[in-house]
Amino acid sequence: MQTTFWLNNTLVSTDESPGMLLLDFVRKNALKGTKEGCKEGDCGACTLLVGDLKDGKLHYDAITSCLMPLGDAHAKHILTVEGLSLKDNLSPVQSAMVKFGGSQCGYCTPGFIMAMSSFFMSEEEPSMDTFKRAISGNLCRCTGYASILRAGEEIIALLKENDKLEQAIERIPALIDLEFLPPYLENMAAKVASIDAQPPTSNTDIFIAGGTDLYVQQGEKIPSLKVEILNRIPELKGFRIEDDNLIVGALTDFEAFGRISHVRKLIPNIDNFLQLIASLPIRNRATLGGNIVNASPIGDMTQILLALNSTLTLTLDGQNRDLAMADFFIDYKKTDLKKGEILKEIRFWLGDDKTRVNFEKVSKRKELDIATVCSGARFELDDTHTIGKAYISLGGVFATPLLLTKTNAFLAGKTICTQTIQESAEILQSEISPISDVRGSKNYKRLLARQLYFAHFTSLFPDIIHFKELLAS
Amino acid sequence: MKHIDAPIHVRGESLYVDDVPAPEGMLHAAIFGSPVAHAKIKSLDFSQALALEGCVKIFTHVDISGENQIGAIIEDEPALAIDDLHFIGHPIAVVVARSADIARQAARLCQVEYEVLKPIVHAREAHDKGLFIAPPRTFSIGDVENAWSDCYLIVEGECEIGGQEHLYLETNRTRAIPQDGNKIVLFSSTQSPYAVQKTAAKILGLPEHLVEVDVKRLGGGFGGKEDQATLWACLAALAAHDLKRPVELVLNRVDDMKMTGKRHPYSADFKIGIDKDYKIIAYDCEMFQNSGSAADLSTAVLERSLFHATNSYFIPNAKIYAACCRTNLHPHTAFRGFGGPQAMFVIESAISALAEKLDIDRSEIQHINLLKKGDPLPYGQCAEEDQAGKLWDAAIEGFDYAGRLEKVNAFNKNNFDIKKGLAFMPICFGISFTKTFFNQASALVHIYTDGSVSISTGGIEMGQGVSTNMMHFASRELGISLDRIRVESTNTTRIANMSPSAASATSDLNGNATILACTQIRERLFSFAASQLEGATKDNLELKDGYLFVAGTQSWSWEELVINAYLERIGLSAHGFYATPNVHFDTDEEKGRPFAYHVYGTALTEVTVDCLRGRYDIDWVGITHGLGRPINPVVDLGQIEGGLAQGIGWMTMEELAYNEDGKLTSHALSTYKAPDVFSAPKYDIQMIVDDNPVGPHGSKAVGEPPLMYGIGAFFAIRDAMRAFQKDADPENKSEFAFDAPLTPEKVLMDLHNDTMFAQRTTRDGPGETSLLFLNTKG
Ligand SMILES: Cc1cc2nc3c(=O)[nH]c(=O)nc-3n(C[C@H](O)[C@H](O)[C@H](O)COP(=O)(O)OP(=O)(O)OC[C@H]3O[C@@H](n4cnc5c(N)ncnc54)[C@H](O)[C@@H]3O)c2cc1C
Ligand code: FES
Ligand code: FES
Repeated sequence: MQTTFWLNNTLVSTDESPGMLLLDFVRKNALKGTKEGCKEGDCGACTLLVGDLKDGKLHYDAITSCLMPLGDAHAKHILTVEGLSLKDNLSPVQSAMVKFGGSQCGYCTPGFIMAMSSFFMSEEEPSMDTFKRAISGNLCRCTGYASILRAGEEIIALLKENDKLEQAIERIPALIDLEFLPPYLENMAAKVASIDAQPPTSNTDIFIAGGTDLYVQQGEKIPSLKVEILNRIPELKGFRIEDDNLIVGALTDFEAFGRISHVRKLIPNIDNFLQLIASLPIRNRATLGGNIVNASPIGDMTQILLALNSTLTLTLDGQNRDLAMADFFIDYKKTDLKKGEILKEIRFWLGDDKTRVNFEKVSKRKELDIATVCSGARFELDDTHTIGKAYISLGGVFATPLLLTKTNAFLAGKTICTQTIQESAEILQSEISPISDVRGSKNYKRLLARQLYFAHFTSLFPDIIHFKELLAS
Repeated sequence: MKHIDAPIHVRGESLYVDDVPAPEGMLHAAIFGSPVAHAKIKSLDFSQALALEGCVKIFTHVDISGENQIGAIIEDEPALAIDDLHFIGHPIAVVVARSADIARQAARLCQVEYEVLKPIVHAREAHDKGLFIAPPRTFSIGDVENAWSDCYLIVEGECEIGGQEHLYLETNRTRAIPQDGNKIVLFSSTQSPYAVQKTAAKILGLPEHLVEVDVKRLGGGFGGKEDQATLWACLAALAAHDLKRPVELVLNRVDDMKMTGKRHPYSADFKIGIDKDYKIIAYDCEMFQNSGSAADLSTAVLERSLFHATNSYFIPNAKIYAACCRTNLHPHTAFRGFGGPQAMFVIESAISALAEKLDIDRSEIQHINLLKKGDPLPYGQCAEEDQAGKLWDAAIEGFDYAGRLEKVNAFNKNNFDIKKGLAFMPICFGISFTKTFFNQASALVHIYTDGSVSISTGGIEMGQGVSTNMMHFASRELGISLDRIRVESTNTTRIANMSPSAASATSDLNGNATILACTQIRERLFSFAASQLEGATKDNLELKDGYLFVAGTQSWSWEELVINAYLERIGLSAHGFYATPNVHFDTDEEKGRPFAYHVYGTALTEVTVDCLRGRYDIDWVGITHGLGRPINPVVDLGQIEGGLAQGIGWMTMEELAYNEDGKLTSHALSTYKAPDVFSAPKYDIQMIVDDNPVGPHGSKAVGEPPLMYGIGAFFAIRDAMRAFQKDADPENKSEFAFDAPLTPEKVLMDLHNDTMFAQRTTRDGPGETSLLFLNTKG
């Protein structure tokens, strides 16, 4: 099977295995600026930009090429650091990094340049916060980041003070004028549009969605397998509203999910929650479906969707079936998914003005780390102080993602007060059975379960619930 | 003022070992390592691996024609295992194949049958069993035994200090290319080209001049490639030499984390006593270094722990005992700070224990005991500058400590769930290799007839800016701009017998050698010019701004000077040699003057702890750092900020979790967490400029010392935790352990264990630490 795409300013058509890593492909093709630091999505040295056509324009996202299958590059534009550099001069971003000493040993640097480029190419609101988000997937062991942040300040100032950019309807041509980007990028959208989309193949060994879990688990095996790139099935993306329910395609990536306005209304804090989940390049690739099918007890999106009381639609040979999400998980990393079956979409009620949603997560490192314990909570209130229904999920304390049925049942109809929470916290402890592992001891996980349970209430009802009182026995 | 390589780094053009186009026919190697921490090999079976299409050959110890030994200080480490397996990942065989993928796949198909022996994971256990790498050592000053009776308060306690993964972004790698005449060239990512050359020659049974090592740059080293790059270079050399084909060995991240050693974990016991004025009267400390399975650099690291056990404090009576304990972990090795950080953590813990007992601000004890000029250290050298107090005072004033403390106290009064904490961390770090003979360096400077300059030294560019610094020195010496100067790769045929790029001394040693080489050439040029130019004498000449000046008047341009000299057959190359004067140490007496000078500084750290969730932020770090004269402010600042971030990581989130089988369970970046951009605090770094007569152009080494500022993060978090404990349960007098890193797990368990579980349970988590209570008395 041929994969055809634009790699920098070159049209590439290759019959290498679609399961081959994009990182390995570009390095094999003499583009050595892209580095391998971990092959697990955790360092960002391999960061590339993927330009995807939407409404005739290319939208560029930073991704970790060590987790992206070559086959997923089809009909896209792939940019490496070589393709972003100008012929002779340094771009203002590169100059800022040089000026402030943002590069020492240099091994992480191309990855940072790529992540920063996606920032100035597409960030709507350039600020230090969004800049940090943009480079959240890049590790640097030499600089301690301070100099990189100083470079960021300069780049933001440049972007902000430039009228040309402020007024530009299209950023890329404006950025080319300002010598941020090389001129050839101007016509890339039309070039990419002329590549025929390819129908997905049948007869496959394995489905790849974002690949962010698959490649970490079995990266060395996949290139020799027959893979199906689910991203090539457009029906699995996007969302629609039916009867106040949001129905979202399983191939929706985390970032796209967070941009859906209905989700933002239901979960006003979604940006802060997303920041606790992986890094921007991973969130650009990781899909809701992959997180659910993966069935990891510490999948963050899974906990959120469980707490939203979601229903899954699964499809096999054109036959759909619906399943309450909580019933999907059978045992450790074991689900109800049948061979060849695809998770198609996820549905949940969008709530009303009495709905409250929260998410809590603790990990060793605050950002870009897998949870020790994570938890979602959704309350449907009867009035400001009474719970109608509660849906609290808890991850990292049981073999499967867990909806706390007993605790939730107890909370229904109760007044929100210290005593209710203390009593239900005891019930919660009876529902979990954590084990010790590298992310924490079982006692710590029990303690965290209590603390995060408390935190749902102190965060959502700060006027009536106080940690100090919850502690008092 | 930039890092000289930065413009090509940002374009992705800088070449690391495996970025250079591969020579024709190059093969790839992977390592088959031990699956268990301690065992005897019964048999090996490579039949499945060899049957794999594309697998070329598998090498074991029997294929080594020279000496199967890589131990640099103590010869206790075979390159490839013979009968015994000593740690998980211990290399057994080198698998060579057509591609790296096939080599790794074949390595996974290798089988070893073995008899399991009991692994030893903890330093204390090895110490109890008398398993030492070398005899333990003791430094002492005054009379500790008799001093206890003069103390007003005595406290005892224990520390458990975790190790640290270097996490150079570029893993270990080497490309070995056979040449004619039985020679071999090794392109290695090493901090010690000479160690690689010497050891590869030994393993291949060749004289050293048949092994050439070339190093362009490293994607980070931090000590992790000082001694531990050698093995991989030797193994690639072994295969290439035998197969007469180029062979490349690149460790993937997981293999690198499993197979290479790290900063040493330490356990320690301390006893400390003060008088009524908080003056430290006596300090007794025992440090148990977890050395891993072989010596590597452990004995040298231990020596630095002994040197820095009293940090920047004057303690009149001290006894410091330290032992290298042999365990079944990877042989631990150099890491920025080189044993200093662990020892400083112990004395800082001891001071904390005192302050907590007295319920006073820890800084009161720190401050009154700071070193003054002339105060002797336990190893005989005296403090030669009055910097400790000066930089402390600068921090108190510059960072408005009083105001800050007031704000923190007010914040803590008004908030229950969230607490802030503050801590000071002064440092005093000695500069020089403690192995005196290493304090030598060479530089080779060529001037070409167009006036461009080429410099070779033994310094390795690993991001620390040594090339940039060399260019600055040469530029000042020759009066020409930086763009006329190029620093070459580090190559053993140009510089012989070089010391490793380590001990923060690279820039000092190689810089002085470069200055000496430039001086020779300049003097030749001056003699020549004096003979040619009207009114010129050797003493009234100056090189500046690309011109020769005669008695202050501009004369020939640099280019004219050079070409004229060439035509008159004046030598335009020079070799400079430098040896640090006046450093010595007597290991029988354990006294001497091991350091050329000390680097001082003070850090103040402010943190916020979320006491509900156990998470924390290191909000801000202010540092007053005694810099000497600046060479390149961008490079200097980068070293301070980068070192500090590593130090904070070591104290907070970077947890090497070993289980009882000796397995590192945090062996990938998904489980081993180093600081990311969100963990970077705000910095306020004040570099205090001073002259340093021994440093090149008055500068001071800046590579290692800043790491130790990071220790402040531990004590600032602890400070916030104590504020919470006082607020939540004033009756609770239980003490927190001195157990680093202080992960969110430890924070939360220390804060809430008692309200969660009826009785206090131990932190039964992964990792080798168990909960240890501080014993206090007095
Ligand atoms: C650096 C890094 C950080 C991470 N951090 C987090 C984190 O903080 N929180 C978190 O929850 N996760 C995290 N992850 C894990 C990972 O990103 C998620 O599990 C992700 O949601 C997986 O989605 P994917 O699309 O990449 O799945 P893939 O890897 O493509 O697939 C995962 C599995 O699901 C199957 N699959 C995928 N989609 C479907 C479908 N529609 N129908 C049927 N089968 C399907 C695949 O065949 C495969 O077996 C992290 C991963 C990395 C690499
Ligand atoms: S190599 Fe580390 S993120 Fe891809
Ligand atoms: S510059 Fe070395 S890792 Fe970033």
